[in-house]
Amino acid sequence: MPRKARTPERYSGVRAFAQRRLVGDDVARALVGLAAIAIIAITVMIVVELWTNSELARHKFGWGFIMGKVWDPNADTFGVLPYAYGTIVTSVLALLIAVPIGVGAAIFLSELAPPRVSDALTFAIELLAAVPSVIYGFIGIFVLLPFLKAYIVPPLRAALGWTPLFTGPYYGPSMFSAAVVLAIMTLPFIVSVSRQVLLAVPHEQREGALALGATRWETTWKVVVPFARRGIIGSVFLALARALGETMAVTMVIGNSPQIKASLLAPGYSIAAVIANEFSEATTDLYKHALIESALVLFAVTIIFNGLARLLVAGGSRQAPAQ
Amino acid sequence: MRLMTTRILQATAALALFAIAGSANAQTQLTGAGATFPNPMYRKWFDAYNKLHPDVQINYNALGSGAGVKQIIEGTVDFGASDMPMADSSLAEFKTKRGNAVLHFPTVLGAVVPVYNIPSVKQSLKFTPAALAGIFLGTITKWNDPAIASANAGVKLPATDIVVAHRSDGSGTTFVWTDYLSKVSPPWAQKVGRNASVNWPVGIGGKGNDGVAASVKQTEGAIGYVELIYAVQNNISYGQVQNASGEFVNASLASVSAAAAGAAANMPEDFRVSITNAPGKGAYPISSFTWLLVPSKIQDASKRKVIVDFLKWMIADGQGMTEALQFAKLPAAVVAKESKAIAKIQ
Repeated sequence: MPRKARTPERYSGVRAFAQRRLVGDDVARALVGLAAIAIIAITVMIVVELWTNSELARHKFGWGFIMGKVWDPNADTFGVLPYAYGTIVTSVLALLIAVPIGVGAAIFLSELAPPRVSDALTFAIELLAAVPSVIYGFIGIFVLLPFLKAYIVPPLRAALGWTPLFTGPYYGPSMFSAAVVLAIMTLPFIVSVSRQVLLAVPHEQREGALALGATRWETTWKVVVPFARRGIIGSVFLALARALGETMAVTMVIGNSPQIKASLLAPGYSIAAVIANEFSEATTDLYKHALIESALVLFAVTIIFNGLARLLVAGGSRQAPAQ
Repeated sequence: MRLMTTRILQATAALALFAIAGSANAQTQLTGAGATFPNPMYRKWFDAYNKLHPDVQINYNALGSGAGVKQIIEGTVDFGASDMPMADSSLAEFKTKRGNAVLHFPTVLGAVVPVYNIPSVKQSLKFTPAALAGIFLGTITKWNDPAIASANAGVKLPATDIVVAHRSDGSGTTFVWTDYLSKVSPPWAQKVGRNASVNWPVGIGGKGNDGVAASVKQTEGAIGYVELIYAVQNNISYGQVQNASGEFVNASLASVSAAAAGAAANMPEDFRVSITNAPGKGAYPISSFTWLLVPSKIQDASKRKVIVDFLKWMIADGQGMTEALQFAKLPAAVVAKESKAIAKIQ
């Protein structure tokens, strides 16, 4: 708004203020309110659609759908547990890999790297977020799987072979491979958002800590990172949502076997993948409804995980230093 | 400035006239949807047909066989296409919703071949039906199992584990493969059965032909199945399969057509027939027709004429274009039967 227009006569007085409030604030309030309602309405509509279109499967299987381990279209038996297991295991493992690397990279980019280097690297990382997932899938199949097989899995097996997590044969497509691909795909979200919030930490915070005699690392780890905690956790939520819902790249490297195996090296399956794979050829109504109910389960899994993560944050912030 | 405006106006007017002239030609547009496997053939045909008859435009969406069946039932397309014949329940649903019947018209033939990765074996392996069923059921787990070795005298098979790779996406290819296994192996029919997606007893799933091929290529000891066309175009070697007459047959356009000819003798009136494990000399046992699905009553006279004309052209001139695209053509007996069936469209 041009400064000149703001003459005191025009904007003084209760009446003028009321007028301004009427046209400005109310319109703005209505517009942003509408935008917020639209988001909620879309979410509710999705849930209602999923709920009504999964009726046959819900009635036939009840809770058995969630606990069922057999998915056999020929026998009209549908159980989603192996798919839910694969979704959760791959997403959690992907975050275990991606969060330390992502936050570490963000700290480097915001605190240590010269601004020019930081901007260039951030641009490169944000480009990664624009790569279509099918490309990640192809790179996964033809580059990453042979690499994991030759260089990563043998030492992992040697070090952790005594746990059930790294036993059994490794053919390439597996929950572990899917988690690694997911980690690479979610990394840009974590890095780019975390870097932004770290950069937004006021300089006074850093200066204060340094003045008190903290080393550079102590300043970063004990002052800057806790200050930016909320934003960093927000980036992890974004990454988790992406990992839970990712379809194409996962189905290309997970092995697509609906089974529950403790070993991460065994092939698995995910909910999003089975929907994408089987929906177009699902000929009977019960089959279609079972796939839609799987989507409902995926929705529930996402909500539960977000809730758990929020609880974790709430619990953690009570012990954390005041922000 | 004014001159330019005039020019633009003139150009616009000319374009508009052009458009009117074009639409006056009364184009008939048809829309179809369905199977992905014959998609290259259908595109070629519809394109060639459009060149012969510029007033006819046929659009085809390769969404999958299941989608083709679904859309013809819902009446959202003029014709459907499928790699598997419609089930009785689907035909009944069509009758209640649309009030007439669906006719199946075979267009071309395809085959599914076993592909494997055993670096120490250079020659083409021979598979008995029992060996294939055992491998995919998970009862045969080593390559030197007697069930495989007995058919491959002179080949030194390693004692490595067999890794099964199968399709993870619902597909006509899986239907043909599991239909074959259901016919040759009672345990398979009972435990797994035939469908576009099944509950696989063992193995890892790859998305699409390329996903299965990649799994096989990267895993020593792997075996999978892909469409013949895919294997030929990508230079993947594949095994021979023993047919109902006991011969080991290499999949080829000729041996696939032979399977269709063997089945033509018992072809039912509605063409809904599976030709896996077909009798006859030289017949490749894992072969299948792919079908166009056309309603028996078409209200729109111009659309009806186009469909009838196209089908007549497809079984005559169209068949000459198949082998260039590695599709096996229909045997003469089937063509003769189809030309009679086209008259049923009203």
